[in-house]
Amino acid sequence: MALIKTSYGRRSFLKTSAMAGGGLVVGFSWLASCNPSPKEVAEMPKEWFEINGYLKIGDNGMATIMSPNPEIGQNVKTSMPMIVAEELDIDWNNVLVEQAPLNTTIFIRQLAGGSQSIRQGWDGLRMAGATARHMLKQAAAKQWEVPVEEVTTEAGVIHHKSSNRSVGYGEVASLAATLTAPEEVELKSLDEFKIIGTATRNVDGKKIVTGKPLFGIDQYEEGMLTAMIVHPPAFGLTLKSFDDAEARKMPGIKDVFSIKTYEKGKAKSMFDADAFPELIVVVGNSTWEVMNAKKTIKAEWQPFEGYEEEFANFSGDGSFSVKVPGGMENTNSHKEKMEALSAKLAKEARKDGNPASAFKKAAKIVERSYTAPFLAHNTMEPMNFFANVTADKAILSGPIQTPEFMEKSVSSRIGLPLDKIEIQMTRQGGGFGRRLYGHFVVEAAVISQKMKAPVKLVYTREDDMSFGNYRPAYHARYRAALDEDNNLIGFHVRAGGIPESPLFANRFPAGAVENYLAESWDVPSNISVGAFRAPRSNFIAGAEQSFLDEVAEAAGKDPIEFRIELFEKAKNNPVGENNDYDAERYAGVLKLAREKSGWNGNTTGNVYRGVSAYYCHNSYVANILDMEMKEDKPVVKKVFCAVDCGLVVNPIAATNMVEGGTVDGIGHAMYSGLTFKDGKPEQVNFDRYRLIRHSEAPKDIEVHFVKNNEHPTGLGEPPFPPIMGALANALYKATGQRHYDQPFITKRPVVS
Amino acid sequence: MADFKLNINGESRQVSIDPNTPMLWVLRDHLQLVGTKFGCGIAQCGACTIHIEDVAVRSCQLPVSAVGEQKITTIEGLSKEGEHPVQQAWLEQDVPQCGYCQAGQIMSATALLKANPSPTDEEIDQAMNGNICRCGTYTRIKKAIKSAATTAQNS
Ligand code: FES
Ligand code: FES
Repeated sequence: MALIKTSYGRRSFLKTSAMAGGGLVVGFSWLASCNPSPKEVAEMPKEWFEINGYLKIGDNGMATIMSPNPEIGQNVKTSMPMIVAEELDIDWNNVLVEQAPLNTTIFIRQLAGGSQSIRQGWDGLRMAGATARHMLKQAAAKQWEVPVEEVTTEAGVIHHKSSNRSVGYGEVASLAATLTAPEEVELKSLDEFKIIGTATRNVDGKKIVTGKPLFGIDQYEEGMLTAMIVHPPAFGLTLKSFDDAEARKMPGIKDVFSIKTYEKGKAKSMFDADAFPELIVVVGNSTWEVMNAKKTIKAEWQPFEGYEEEFANFSGDGSFSVKVPGGMENTNSHKEKMEALSAKLAKEARKDGNPASAFKKAAKIVERSYTAPFLAHNTMEPMNFFANVTADKAILSGPIQTPEFMEKSVSSRIGLPLDKIEIQMTRQGGGFGRRLYGHFVVEAAVISQKMKAPVKLVYTREDDMSFGNYRPAYHARYRAALDEDNNLIGFHVRAGGIPESPLFANRFPAGAVENYLAESWDVPSNISVGAFRAPRSNFIAGAEQSFLDEVAEAAGKDPIEFRIELFEKAKNNPVGENNDYDAERYAGVLKLAREKSGWNGNTTGNVYRGVSAYYCHNSYVANILDMEMKEDKPVVKKVFCAVDCGLVVNPIAATNMVEGGTVDGIGHAMYSGLTFKDGKPEQVNFDRYRLIRHSEAPKDIEVHFVKNNEHPTGLGEPPFPPIMGALANALYKATGQRHYDQPFITKRPVVS
Repeated sequence: MADFKLNINGESRQVSIDPNTPMLWVLRDHLQLVGTKFGCGIAQCGACTIHIEDVAVRSCQLPVSAVGEQKITTIEGLSKEGEHPVQQAWLEQDVPQCGYCQAGQIMSATALLKANPSPTDEEIDQAMNGNICRCGTYTRIKKAIKSAATTAQNS
């Protein structure tokens, strides 16, 4: 065991009751509304003792562990408490998990984004468990009057071997709760782990499969009203006037009014990005009534002039400004603009060696361009939030990835200090980055304040899809120079997008090619965008990995061998500095995928194979995708995924994330896209916006993890981008045609 | 407004409501049976799937006035404690990610297995194609359906 000082976020190991102005907010009845079964009641302790902000021990030895971060389907509500339980040294069957509310005094980074929950939470979660375990041991030692060094723990029981005494955690919990947190504690060594690394099923699994209220949209409170919004039908428009006479007369309607979500001139964070800051709101008794009334609103919209907006950056220590041009934009003109810009010199982001001369003396040059459209996040649960704002308090609850940011936004908007605002996180029906941008949280608060009533704001699917913070539209043009011996001597990427570039100048193959040039461009747009699962990577990975496939082919090399040679070079003799990857781990996943899939470079029978590998968000993923053609239609038969995310906390959930990312990547590359006509999204529901469906999913996905003891990293994003490359490369083998423009297949099958 | 007497999960429930109200909102807003989910409102995602006389139906497109005395089953009525073999298979395979689509998926799967106790892969695809899972749990769903089919046959 390693002895570690608790200096790491020591505040976390204080009790909530000891915190000035802090403390946990009380759970709402509608969140706890699932009746426990008689068996569960019998097992519940009579009294709970809070050992620190992360956990309580019951007098019967059960533990309640708080899960600090928002749960959006990435499974942190199970895996984060597993880490605490491991160091607490308790039987997982005796653990209850609770979603922590936002509490910045105790928890750090209560945010779902960047695949960072496990990576950045790891140390703190271990310390929380270890600290509590130490205090329980101290309590037992005190009772037995023996030195604490002589007592050990095993699955919730404390032993003093020499005197043959044992006591359960529950019996010493009340004493332990009175002790002060130690200055230093022992952590388990990795080979002592019993819970971490063991398949542990979703703690909400039973509630999910029995339909218990869990999600934001399921919230209900006595006297609660339902609110819906009417927003401009096109980007580039703003509200001029509206006629609500008919809506007001409709049954169940309480009020119709317009709101300004964000007032001009007030400071905004990057997560306050909001395309439509002025909205019409309809409030009534029930969803159906409000939905119908909403349809009768006659609104007039007007174009706005271009403007510039300032946003505080993530850490809040700086800001950036965004140009929002006026006008109504079209996908066709977007495409023309992207083509034109990709043909021009752009902003140089990195240059190694002398790319110009490398291309001049090249024996062969490969040049290709790739594009991808805007994408809507389309979380299965549409945007919604509950708010109950009174004169001296605001209670907010629902699905949000950035509660800490939103607390500040709400505070500044409704004029209540931070300590009068409570934010609870419900389970979230998907995030994918959409719920980082919480304008709907502020909207709910403003509406509740105006109505002087608890309000649940709900978006329809159409609202959700046409009021997005979309994945931008992207373009990448690549050139590769090969010498006589088919060595890659020059590499050039020029990437851009509307309104942001997907370029990562320091990612592979930077560092592996002597002469390298990366350029970047962008075109401002008033179509609002934001982070979408693995931002920028979600396009550039597929483009780069498809291009490398063509370069390998032009060089007459096996695509895996070709990449591994480049990684060898990047490892032994790297070009330039700041290369943003570990070449050995990168090559490692490729080798593992090659081994597990029995890759021999060839098509066997009617199975066509594509390969890819990518690194983002601190994890490495390689894919080999097997495709068959059935009646001229590509069928993904099997996908092999090799993943290096360091130590795997929960294998069954980690595998699920990799499978899901794989399906998601295939789906978006193959079928999805959002197009615009005169500023209007042309797809606003699932009849026209295509998402992958059962019959199109891979028939089988095999996931393999690299076994190592590296610090654990995340999986929410990394499995998503690379598969698009393997898919494109397999499609080429299967059809003889390269696919450069996503979505690869646009034909819409009929769904009954 | 009209009065409706509905047979839901073996219980008789009364609502006084606009006859055009879709069953989805009757369940969610008026009866607090929120396991049935709203995803699209146009019968394209399957999140709102319920059973009418054991057949999977999209409740977002089913007006309350069309139900009559037919037997309605929602996810809450599938079993008391989640012991239905399909629910058990879902837990065993640890299917859910965000979990939002899963009630609808389970309702479609149980209706399929009732009508066809040992479906082929193609039959599963066909029966389940109307249920979107944005998180991409399709391969696990298929495994769970197959394992539930086997359990049901062996018991
Ligand atoms: S909500 Fe009924 S099918 Fe989508
Ligand atoms: S589990 Fe998230 S939509 Fe299916």
